[in-house]
This record gives sequence, C-alpha cells and structure tokens, in this order.
Amino acid sequence: MNGVHDMGGMHGMGPIRHEQHEPVFHEPWEGRVYAITRVVRAGGGRQNLDNSRHLLELLPPAEYLRMSYYERWYARLTNQLVANGIVTREELDTGRAAGGSPKAEPRVTAAMVPDIVVRRNSARREAASAPRFKVGQRVRARNINPTGHTRLPRYARGKSGVIARDHGVFVFPDTNAAFAGEKPQHVYSVRFAARELWGPDASSRDCVHIDMWDDYLDRA
Amino acid sequence: MEESRRDFIKGTAAGAAGLVAQSRTGAGSDQHDHEHDHQAVPSDLALRVKALESLLVERGLVDRAALDAIVDTYETKIGPRNGTRVVARAWVDPAYKKRLLTDATAAIAELGYSGGQGEDMVVLENTPKVHNLIVCTLCSCYPWPVLGLPPVWYKSAPYRSRAVIDPRGVLREFGLELPQDTEIHVWDSTAELRYMVLPERPAGTESMSEQELADLVTRDSMVGVAKVTAKKPGGAS
Repeated sequence: MNGVHDMGGMHGMGPIRHEQHEPVFHEPWEGRVYAITRVVRAGGGRQNLDNSRHLLELLPPAEYLRMSYYERWYARLTNQLVANGIVTREELDTGRAAGGSPKAEPRVTAAMVPDIVVRRNSARREAASAPRFKVGQRVRARNINPTGHTRLPRYARGKSGVIARDHGVFVFPDTNAAFAGEKPQHVYSVRFAARELWGPDASSRDCVHIDMWDDYLDRA
Repeated sequence: MEESRRDFIKGTAAGAAGLVAQSRTGAGSDQHDHEHDHQAVPSDLALRVKALESLLVERGLVDRAALDAIVDTYETKIGPRNGTRVVARAWVDPAYKKRLLTDATAAIAELGYSGGQGEDMVVLENTPKVHNLIVCTLCSCYPWPVLGLPPVWYKSAPYRSRAVIDPRGVLREFGLELPQDTEIHVWDSTAELRYMVLPERPAGTESMSEQELADLVTRDSMVGVAKVTAKKPGGAS
C-alpha cells in the first residue's frame, strides 16, 4: 500500500537526533510491549511476520507519524488482540479479565526464553524455484501500486538497475501478508544508480541496493 | 533529544491513552483534555501497558518471568558488543573475514550469535573506495543478534526518509564527511536479509589484541554512519 511508512526519499522529516549512550528501552513499558509482542500469539493461530508488518502500515497515517516505535507496537498488539477476540477493549481499559473469560496456560515460560531468542525462523525456502534473472542483468522494477502489503518501495518503481546478488529463494511478502500463500521465489539485491533514482543532482558515484523478489522485476 | 522525544510522545497520547486516564480519574472530557496538555504522557502509556500485562497474566496468556527474561536478554546480553567481536575477528583472521563476507550467517554463528532478525545475514566490507550504509526505509529492519535492538534514530522518519536520497547529508549529520570520490552504497533492507557493515580497521592498531580491537568498534560504525577510530570511544554506543 502507498502508505506513510514508505518514506524513502521524503523530505521535511527534520534532523536526525542521535542520542549518546542510548538505553535499549527508554521506559520500562517499552520493554514490556516488546516482550509481550515476542511471546503472545496475538493473532491466534493466524499470524506471520509479513502480516504483522502490514498491521503497522494500517495504522492511520497521522497516528503512525506521531507515534514512537513502541507505541506503534502497542497499538498493533492491542488491535490484534481485540480483532482476534482474545481480549476486549473494556478489558484493556480496566486491566482485568471479564468474569467467566477463559484462562489459558502461558505458551512461553521463562525457561523457554533463551531458546526463543536464538531460534532461527528464516523466510528462506528450499523450494525449487528457477531464478528469472542472473547477476549482472539489467532489470526494471515494476510500476505496481498494490493496496495490500508490498516491500517494493515507491521510490524504486519504474526504475532500472542491475542484479548485484542472488540471495536465493524466500517467502513472498505480498501474498504471505494476506495469508494467500508463501509463493517462494528468488530475492536479488538490485543496484540502482543514485542518479537513476533521484536525477542529475545525485552523486554519480553513489547507489542504492534494494532487495527485490522475482515478481517485482522485469527485464530492462 | 529528551525534550523533543517527550514532545513527540506527548502528541501521541491524546489519541492512544485517553481511556486509561479516564478510568483512572473518572474525569469528564474537559479534564481529560486538560490532563493531556499538562501531564507527562509516558505515564499514561505506562499505565495502559501495565493494564495490558495484568490482563494477559490474569488470562494466563503470558508469564511475567518470561517477559522479564526477554527484556533482560536484550538489555544485557544481545547488543552491539556481539557485532564488535565479529568485526575484530575479521580484522585479525583473514580466513574468518573471507567466510564472513561469503556466508555471513554461518561465520557469525561460529561466534555463537544467531536468532530472530539475523536468520540470513549479509556483511558488507567498507574500503577506502566504498562506504556502505544500512537503512530500512519501509520499517526498521535491523540485525538483532549482532547489533541488538535498533536505536531510536535508526527507526525515525528523518533517517529512514533521507538515508537513500541524501546519504552524504545524513553522514555529515553524524559528523562523517566522505571524499567525493568515495562510492556510497546504501542498502535498503526491504527483504529478510539483514545487513551489517564491516568497518575499515583504523591505522595504528597493528599491535592491538582482538579484544582491544573489539573495544574500538562502535554500533554506529557497523550501521555505516561512522568510521572506527584508533582512539577508544567514550563508551559503548
């Protein structure tokens, strides 16, 4: 979707504020939101990484821009919990489970945490999928404007570049986010000259590498 | 930084935290608005998150000790120190460096680092000719097992929006002016590959031990917004 999250190339967002000796979490609640999100199955049985990214993109644009990172995570988490009937808004407001609501066993205990944080949950797939492009080949990013989730940023659409690396086969986020299948396919690092993306004022020496799936690309 | 952050957060709460404030004070909407004009907002969000946690514990969906363990892991165990060890090893061991640049995931796992948001790693070598810079314009993808959780600036709109269109200006804001003939390669993390920069080893460090070298390496240098200098940084960043 053409949302405000797709901000590569935008102006006017202000200076970068670098904080010396920045803590991992600025407030304890940030750590709690992070941790709860890591352990709770907020989507019930139906959730995946691509869908959870899309849920952040679906926050109203003005909210998205003014929220801090972990506020977005809080909003996503609670929206998910409510949408999936795991908790109600009223319960969230009071912090108390409604009478008669079912109790569950925690799926994740402290003893399981060391294993969880090092566990690999790769989006790489062994599925045989022939690459459509070769390293060195010129390609053009498709000009597509899907209303669902996509990882093809607007600033690259319609631009031409060169396949720099073939990363192998990965889950395709556009379909996976919609629970419409993994559609595994090759992902490439595509090198775009800065001038192709931004015009003649950009440095002739600079470039941007963008990871792109087969379905985002045509021969140039 | 702190002031602007508070302003930033303050703006948010008007929408997000109203209900808790209301249920806590029993106030009508007038006082509700008044409260948000003058009260520090993080406490409201803190309250809402406490309510959420209590609810999920009561329902048996989360275990407080598991949450504590996750917070502790990312506050004390998984952070940029991991990445500094990878860099130092690559500087002292050419065979390791070669493995790191060809199969980063496996080479990083040799040092014991793996896991969520680092499943498929790529390491990019900075040289006098090529300077690499990592960003995620669409969200905030970052290699957690080697660098920990990302700093606020990395996740912020100013960095995400400008790193791709004006990398030299961004680097200047970090105090790094690169020669015009240095190529800047920006890597936008749009897929599930996670990138880390192997910074240049500074001159004058030939006699240093691997641990001393690791102590020179900063988080920022592994994102590509800084170079490593032979002088020890003021502290971990």
